[in-house]
Amino acid sequence: MITGQFTYFAPTTIEEAIQLLDEHGFEAKILAGGQSLIPAMRFRLSQPGVIIDINGIDGLSGIREEDGNLVIGALTRESMLEGSHLVQSRYPLLADAATVIADPVVRNMATVGGNIAHADPANDHPAVMLAYNAEVTAVGPNGARTIAIDDFFVDFFENAMEDNEILTEIRIPTPASNSGGAYIKLERKVGDYAISAVAVQLTMNGDTCIAARIALTNVNPVPMRAENAERALVGMTVTDDVIETVGEEAGAECDPSPDLRGSIDYKRDITRVLTKRAINLAIERAH
Amino acid sequence: MTYHDPGKPKQIDDRNEYHSEKPEGVSSQVETTEEIRVTTPPEISGMGHRMKRKEDPRFLQGKGNYIDDIKLPGMLYMDIVRSPYAHAKILNIDASAALELDGVLAVITGKDLEAHNLHWMPTFQSDTQMVLPTDKVIYYAQEVCAVIATSRYIAADAVELVQVEYEPLEPVIDPFEALEDRVIVREDKEVKTNRTWHWETGDKDATDKVFREAAHVVKQYMYLPRIHVASIETCGMVANYNSSTGKMQLYMTSQAPHAVRTVFALVSGLPEQKIQVISPDIGGGFGGKVPVYPGYVVCAVASLLIGKPVKWIEDRSENLQADSFARDYHINAELAADADGKIVGLRVDTLADNGCTDGQASSSKFPAGLYSICTGAYDLKAAHVSVDSVYTTKPTGGVAYRCSFRVTEAVHMIERMTDILAHDLGIDPAEYRLKNFIRPDQFPYRSPTGWEYDSGNYEAALKKAMDMIGYDDLRGEQAEKRERGELMGIGISSFVEVVGAGPSKDFDILGIKMFDSAEIRIHPTGKALARFGTKSQGQGHETTYAQIIAEELGLPAADIEIEEGDTDTAPYGLGTYASRSTPTAGAAAVMAARKIKAKAKKIAAHLLEVNEDDLEWDVNKWQVKGSPEQAKTIQDIAFAAYTNHPDDVEAGLEATDYYNPPNLTFPFGSYIAVVDIDKGTGVVKVRRFVAIDDCGNIINPLVVEGQIHGGLTQGLAPALYEEIVYDENGTCLTGTLADYLLPTAVESPKWETGHTITPSPHHPIGAKGVGESPTVGAPPAIANAVVDAMWHLGVRHIDIPITPEKVWKALREAGVQD
Amino acid sequence: MSKHTVTMTVNGTKYTREIESRLLLVHFIREDLELTGTHIGCDTTNCGACTVLMDGFTVKSCTVFAMTANGKSIETIEGVAQNGALHPLQEGFWEKHGLQCGYCTPGMIMSAKHLLSNNPNPTEDEIRWGLSGNLCRCTGYNKIVEAVQYAAEKMSAEQEQDA
Repeated sequence: MITGQFTYFAPTTIEEAIQLLDEHGFEAKILAGGQSLIPAMRFRLSQPGVIIDINGIDGLSGIREEDGNLVIGALTRESMLEGSHLVQSRYPLLADAATVIADPVVRNMATVGGNIAHADPANDHPAVMLAYNAEVTAVGPNGARTIAIDDFFVDFFENAMEDNEILTEIRIPTPASNSGGAYIKLERKVGDYAISAVAVQLTMNGDTCIAARIALTNVNPVPMRAENAERALVGMTVTDDVIETVGEEAGAECDPSPDLRGSIDYKRDITRVLTKRAINLAIERAH
Repeated sequence: MTYHDPGKPKQIDDRNEYHSEKPEGVSSQVETTEEIRVTTPPEISGMGHRMKRKEDPRFLQGKGNYIDDIKLPGMLYMDIVRSPYAHAKILNIDASAALELDGVLAVITGKDLEAHNLHWMPTFQSDTQMVLPTDKVIYYAQEVCAVIATSRYIAADAVELVQVEYEPLEPVIDPFEALEDRVIVREDKEVKTNRTWHWETGDKDATDKVFREAAHVVKQYMYLPRIHVASIETCGMVANYNSSTGKMQLYMTSQAPHAVRTVFALVSGLPEQKIQVISPDIGGGFGGKVPVYPGYVVCAVASLLIGKPVKWIEDRSENLQADSFARDYHINAELAADADGKIVGLRVDTLADNGCTDGQASSSKFPAGLYSICTGAYDLKAAHVSVDSVYTTKPTGGVAYRCSFRVTEAVHMIERMTDILAHDLGIDPAEYRLKNFIRPDQFPYRSPTGWEYDSGNYEAALKKAMDMIGYDDLRGEQAEKRERGELMGIGISSFVEVVGAGPSKDFDILGIKMFDSAEIRIHPTGKALARFGTKSQGQGHETTYAQIIAEELGLPAADIEIEEGDTDTAPYGLGTYASRSTPTAGAAAVMAARKIKAKAKKIAAHLLEVNEDDLEWDVNKWQVKGSPEQAKTIQDIAFAAYTNHPDDVEAGLEATDYYNPPNLTFPFGSYIAVVDIDKGTGVVKVRRFVAIDDCGNIINPLVVEGQIHGGLTQGLAPALYEEIVYDENGTCLTGTLADYLLPTAVESPKWETGHTITPSPHHPIGAKGVGESPTVGAPPAIANAVVDAMWHLGVRHIDIPITPEKVWKALREAGVQD
Repeated sequence: MSKHTVTMTVNGTKYTREIESRLLLVHFIREDLELTGTHIGCDTTNCGACTVLMDGFTVKSCTVFAMTANGKSIETIEGVAQNGALHPLQEGFWEKHGLQCGYCTPGMIMSAKHLLSNNPNPTEDEIRWGLSGNLCRCTGYNKIVEAVQYAAEKMSAEQEQDA
């Protein structure tokens, strides 16, 4: 299991990296944490001719609050989320996800930006960011632009960035008061991708849900929001019956594939169950 | 081998009067205790001491010496081109592009091997297996050809450049379909059938009669799926042929280096004294490193042809997809009870999917291994067991997964069936087992399938397990939870193992009788070197063998160096698997030590100027009876053996023993698992697991605990997680550790262990072997617990691995929702 | 083929080598530096046998290019014992029988070292989760947990003494 040959660049500035990307086009791959890319290269499922290693670029890593947003640098390692007081105290949905991505050693290399940019429906951050209504900053030869997360995942393993753009930042709007979130993932064992996982971020007014975003992991070809489920929740006085309906909507609107993790029926039904559990936990946290 | 000849499909068990003649000195009954016997002080550390392992310092500091750590001057690297089809004709192999790559020396194909008549090799079951194919491939990821290059990286590049043209053939994936012989897997065989052999044992007529007269009969089909040992180190070899001396050194990951040497000699025609097999430190074996795989043979041939050292190290995917596998048994079982609920009869029909060749590492007399131990811990009137084996287009099946030759299948079946019967009769499964156990006074016990159990006390082990876990309270808790709609289950497994092959008269590998060996040399300064025909893969032989010798001779275990794995120096042996090291080589160590002790007595008598009859042994010295201050320690005697020995005694203090056990040993135990089931997702959590093992006398409690913990996790794994899966094309879908699910420290519960001690009456130190008991015993405890949690919902059985989806499906079918 | 110069400090010694860009860190450590205590057990980041510390954080060295470690500080199992004295973790694994075949042990010890540096007094659960990136096929993990508990206690006691 040895990767194919490639030309290696280790730019030290983002401009340099973009120039290299621009030059080499689709032949080039950005190497961030490498925890998905390198195994794919070792199996020769991915054989890029050029690797642009961005690990040496300063300023791409870090977690801070700024202008009503939690700003996460693309090169922020997953384990930094676990160690961040800010994340742990104010972003429980993100904190939940941070402990169930891959395993503790992989999380020391794996990056938040990579997890999103890979646009793998099995990855955990896409659903989390969809639920948070995050924004992604992409920088290319013509400068930076902001992409709403709802527009970011365009197809199976395909994101909305151009070949010569680099994801530099993710911005999560600071939740309003009386908000809560939760990420509940069912995996076959530690380190596995989800059989299904549900990200919920909602805002309550008493017993009424006044805003909610629900997103699903690994039960759809493209990372998805469960919009029917959201509609069944927002504006409702939340009762067990309402939650049951929301769960049923989520189970019905996803489009899972049968595989070793389970059949379509199983994945739909546990999506229903996990959605209910995530909503209950999010409401508990909102109060 | 008659049973490979489909013209004679029947092979009836021919063990008439198995062990009816008891060896001398064998007592019929032994007492059960809980106290571990210790007779030596800590500075000697004989048996029973929790001695820290002697082998550990090198492993703890990264100084182990595993196969991939071996680097020889001028060494080349081999990588293998593998088949993307489970069944296909090979039309053409074009290696030209690979050969043009800088650093590539050769591409070896089946045709190249055919020129030397090395394209086929025997398996340990006397079947044949392709080394490299000449016309067709018969399993996914089969070795097609090998690339030899100057570096690992270039070899990997070259593999990508070899162009192989295939014509896909229909795969044979379902063993029941294989029986129809519509597509033949082994067209090389004279008789065109996929049926390999039929084997049966027990008394069919008597069993049928018992079933006709029975008051209760339960039937169940169950499948034990294909699994893989997945030791963390994969397989590998460094072959080093020296053309000037004609010597072939084979460093390889082998659990049975001597047997491998003999096979290599027979296959290659190289003189056996010119072949040296060296097993370095092995990163886990569990039976997966017993067989000889095509990669080894090609690697050795490459070194022979090129005249340079060649290294081959498997990738994980190669390891998980192509070497050898375990289980894959389809079992139809029936268990009968009389009107009192007493179990009276067992009837079992089995279909074994052994893949493309019969490569099981068990005795030629027992093509289904020790499967007929399946009457278990119960005193039955009659039993009949049959097994049919078929070829399919899958890699070799039925080899090993930390299991003594098919005992896991047997135990799973009988323990599941006993639970089903108990539940059907409305009797608590613990109470039901206690009612049906073979009683302690029935040992040695002759089973209806011909085994003579050496010793046992099944009641004591189960009662201890019940006490430890608080069985009655748990049943109370379960009842309360059931009221609230919560699902909790308690599962028991009271297993009987059978390990320690020989006896030589019944057990062999390719005709080589199964015994094992020890050679002890005491140096003049009272230090010792001992060598064995077995090979540790983590079992701790460097410590436990030293403790056995320390026990016998009173030499400190710390002063005894243990060596294994080099066929040029170690005495011939059959290797380490099937929990056989302690029963065979451990016994050989005792017998060799006793030979030394006898000689030491002569020397001591000479030194003390007394008659031998006046001496008695005390821990580490021969002393004069009634005058213990007059004594010679083993160290004094060792020095004298080289400096001052009597004229009529040869110099030196050495002995060798080849031990042929008079019978197998029968370790046993009772395990109890408690599980909680998530109704929403079907996830099973093992909340508690108590394991009481009885492996006879204990050599090192620390090592025994470690063996049991590890075996329990390897029992949990197939119960809940592991399965090798093929799609309809025969493609393996579980070829990485991302999909073949080894439990981590999170999935693995905190094991609670304990023991009873019922020594083996025929083993010289009363030991039985323990490495595989927990792997054998754990799966049915967990499966029984899961079914126990759902029995009231109408669930009778779930096949392992019990995935969340299987539980979810059973729950939803029973109308349970979340 | 692109060749590059890489410099890194491994177990306190600075090494500079010419390497191929695709060289994996684990092969650099094992083949170029001949530190064979770091092992390889899979191709998919699942087993953790190749775990080393990179700038104080555990990484799976089979899934890091050696070039990415340029300028960084690596610690392998060979650097854990100091001045011939076993580290409390090594002692713990020995005392508690936390290893059998020894193949996963170096990676397991590196992960445990990282765990204890972040959390000097972990609960049993925290130890199990902290080591969940490393597979062991022999021990059933009970005694690995005990080994880490032994080391945590010993290191805490040593720290108190120093204070």
